[in-house]
Amino acid sequence: MSCCGPAPDFDGMDEVSRLVSTKLAAFLRTLRDNGFAVGLAEGQDAAVLMTAGYAERPGLLRSALKHLFSARKSDWEKFDGLFDAFWLGKRVRSRSKAAGSAKAANNPSLKSLQHAAERAGNDAATDQIPSADGSDSDRGGEGRMEGASRADNLAEVDFRKLADPEQVAQAHQAAADLARIMRTRLTRRDLARRRGYRLDLRRTIHRNISHGGVPISLIRRQRKEKPLRLVVLLDASGSMSMYTGVFLRFIHGVLDEFREAEAFLFHTRLAHVSDAMKERDASRALDRLSVMAQGAGGGTRIGESLQTFNRWHAARVIHSRTCVMIVSDGYETGDAALLGREMAALARRCRRIVWLNPMAGWQGYAPEAAGIKAALPHVDLYAPAHTLQSLTALEPYLARL
Amino acid sequence: MKNREEIAERLAASGYIADAELSTAISLMHLLRRPLLLEGEAGVGKTEVAKALANAHATELIRLQCYEGLDQSAALYEWNYQRQLLSIQAHRGEDADRVEDHIFSERYLLERPLLAAIRRATPPVLLIDEIDRADDEFEAFLLELLSDFQVSIPELGTVKATAIPHVVLTSNGTRELSDALRRRCLYHYVDYPDVDREARIIMARVSGASTSLALQIARMVESIRKEELRKVPGVAETLDWAAALVGLDIGNLQDAPDAVHETMMCLLKTHEDKARLTREVTARLLGKVA
Repeated sequence: MSCCGPAPDFDGMDEVSRLVSTKLAAFLRTLRDNGFAVGLAEGQDAAVLMTAGYAERPGLLRSALKHLFSARKSDWEKFDGLFDAFWLGKRVRSRSKAAGSAKAANNPSLKSLQHAAERAGNDAATDQIPSADGSDSDRGGEGRMEGASRADNLAEVDFRKLADPEQVAQAHQAAADLARIMRTRLTRRDLARRRGYRLDLRRTIHRNISHGGVPISLIRRQRKEKPLRLVVLLDASGSMSMYTGVFLRFIHGVLDEFREAEAFLFHTRLAHVSDAMKERDASRALDRLSVMAQGAGGGTRIGESLQTFNRWHAARVIHSRTCVMIVSDGYETGDAALLGREMAALARRCRRIVWLNPMAGWQGYAPEAAGIKAALPHVDLYAPAHTLQSLTALEPYLARL
Repeated sequence: MKNREEIAERLAASGYIADAELSTAISLMHLLRRPLLLEGEAGVGKTEVAKALANAHATELIRLQCYEGLDQSAALYEWNYQRQLLSIQAHRGEDADRVEDHIFSERYLLERPLLAAIRRATPPVLLIDEIDRADDEFEAFLLELLSDFQVSIPELGTVKATAIPHVVLTSNGTRELSDALRRRCLYHYVDYPDVDREARIIMARVSGASTSLALQIARMVESIRKEELRKVPGVAETLDWAAALVGLDIGNLQDAPDAVHETMMCLLKTHEDKARLTREVTARLLGKVA
């Protein structure tokens, strides 16, 4: 921004200010590492502030830089801690630790994600479980993820066994198909309105000057259709870990194809993972994800996670054309009544709630866990999701929204 | 208006009690000439900031309320079609090019808020309210306007800003704003005021509220905010409630628990919240206020 006074001239500065600007540059780097979107213009403005006398009072400088560098509430909240740590040498407050992964590593299923990403290169996919009936290829895209038989040792679950290239490709394909079908539907709707329903007076008058102002050829406008928004809430708790992998891939595909999609992950807590999932490269996305999600292992608090979602995210990510997709087995270790209440609140807000339960595909499974019982009355579609086929089967339903 | 103490004072004089951080933000806004983006829950007084700022500058407040589908003709400029049509009729038979030049001149241009804001002699305060309700395309357009402060009107040419307005944007978070817009702006998160500041706000806004009553109200509201409510009461609701209590001639909340409970409708805006704050709960909260 050139309007903000002269840019500081590096050569013309004395030793002290050169030191300050080096330090400032280092601070900017720290901020960028912590997810702040800080550009050159902001750096220059910060230098202007420093020379305008703000540097003499740390409290004032902190508040000034906070306004300048923050761009959203999360930045706003962690800025003070980062500033103190960098400039005043204090310990970083706990809430600004989000960038670190200390807690994430405690979660068994997420830990395995991280490990999987680390070992991605040097480990052969020996523990791939073949489908029981072993006829994936001729059943066209319904490869089954039968991980349940190995559910005995959660801590040792290797994510990579769900990362078999063929199955990943199929998951991506299922998501891509879903997105493509929706796109064609939206286009069709747009075409039907091609004639428009509102007069564009400005263009009409302009066009008809030569007719002496008599509006002979009318120009109209049409409204743009808003695409459907898909919000996915994925249960990443231990009991789901066999399915987490493939659903993460699926969500990655969905975020890729839908212009409007948001993803959240929950176990004992809720984490917004859209940004991490928007990484083009799937394994890097998963890597970022395991770093981002914080929360200790042990149980699933679906109710509390939903409460967090309703309270902090719902207003932003849900509009009237939103479908919320919850992927969970419904084993609530928290308060099932709370889950029921929050589901009711969520149902009021959004267009549809789809609950995908991998266990529902098992033979002899009945939704008897307290959590799923409390949630079911508010769910519009309850479907099994243990195979890619069952995911594909959702297409027509979502397309009808 | 350079230092923040002066800004805080001038804002207070126009009825807005700002905290130190907000005053800093406003002083930066002047120093760096960046727009200020205010985020926060509904009802914490984001819009009031702009109003008070205009008041403090003794300048005009130009407000653009955003909504889904807001377009250039509602935000920037529009031609006065009725007059244009009349004029075309009046000049019937003349050269079409000349008529065109005539009707697309300044005289037939209707200013909308954004154009008005950059064509004033003295810099006004431009409030772009609830920017998150407008769509992405409008946001992109706004970004361009906010960096160049000039507008091109195809029929007329480029209009350059005569004065750079003080721009305040507010957002409720119904939609995630683009990073580009966020980066362009100074950011301030407006939180619910603390008890002390809220009491001062009540005293500044509600005539007839004594210091002790204002403090009681502020404490009460603070503890109500801590209850699990669907719709947490904002500052506007607090002021309504304070005005109601003053209107009912209540000087001390402890003396009139029934009236306190009955006037809660000023604060609680959903059926669930109303059901949650029963008489017993109100009494319990009142006990803590003392």
